[in-house]
Amino acid sequence: MTIRWSTFSAPSRFVWLAAKVNPWLWAVTIALSLAALYVGFFVAPTDATQGEAYRIIFIHVPAAWMSMVIYLAMAFWAAVGWMLNARMAAMLAHSLAPTGALMTFIALWTGSFWGRPAWGTWWVWDARLTSELILLFLYLGYMALKSSIDDTVRGDKASALLAIVGAVNVPIIYFSVRWWNTLHQGATISMTAAPKMAHTMLLAMLLMTFAFWAYAFAMSFTRASAIALEREQHTDWARQWALDGSSIRASKP
Amino acid sequence: MNWSSASAFFDMGGYGLYVWGAYAVTGVAMLVEPWLARRRLRQALRDVATQPIQD
Repeated sequence: MTIRWSTFSAPSRFVWLAAKVNPWLWAVTIALSLAALYVGFFVAPTDATQGEAYRIIFIHVPAAWMSMVIYLAMAFWAAVGWMLNARMAAMLAHSLAPTGALMTFIALWTGSFWGRPAWGTWWVWDARLTSELILLFLYLGYMALKSSIDDTVRGDKASALLAIVGAVNVPIIYFSVRWWNTLHQGATISMTAAPKMAHTMLLAMLLMTFAFWAYAFAMSFTRASAIALEREQHTDWARQWALDGSSIRASKP
Repeated sequence: MNWSSASAFFDMGGYGLYVWGAYAVTGVAMLVEPWLARRRLRQALRDVATQPIQD
């Protein structure tokens, strides 16, 4: 069976797909995060130098990765929406921003709670921390800009421009620990070197990363569906979906 | 098994405040966000259903 993915660029079919896929995404999120917590707290050993405080890594690193990946996805869909005038792409970009902002906040929060025992300070103006804080402001600025413009098309374009320009910050975050001599440690996982951590620690972190991925997809699908229904509330498809969703949900697009 | 007792688990080798402070906020945030998004989706569906028909 082949699926024509361009089919789902129509909001009506996107909402149908999201409703089909979301229960599975939530099941995966819950299963993987429970597995990650089990491995992270009951299987992974105590760290030789950091004691138990290191266990914050199992949420800190996945959240930090997601904060960057979601930003790039948001900028990508914003660019697609702008260049191709694709309605659903712009809505996808908007759907990702709050989740990206939340992941950035979690990365900063857990980092702060790890920095206190590891470095003796909650916060330091180090290149990695500062650029991640700028990422949070980019997300918040993107959302504020979009919501401050009443005209949908103009709001989409203005916020897309901000998202695309702000994408410069992502490689800065990623390479900050290499470019500047910072307090923050280097990359936990490198494409070129063998992992420096115990296998069970790595497993817990990767399980949590996949859980966060599934979470981000589910959140984006839910929010994009809401945005599509809000924006197209006068259309026939939206009306049919709202009035008779349960029977349509069981059918094909 | 890393922990000899429940209190050892909660104490986290003296780092309980930091470890649980990080996990608790993360957990609450990742419960509240889906709740808010689902509420927004339900509200959008209600708004559509109560829209007057336009021709």
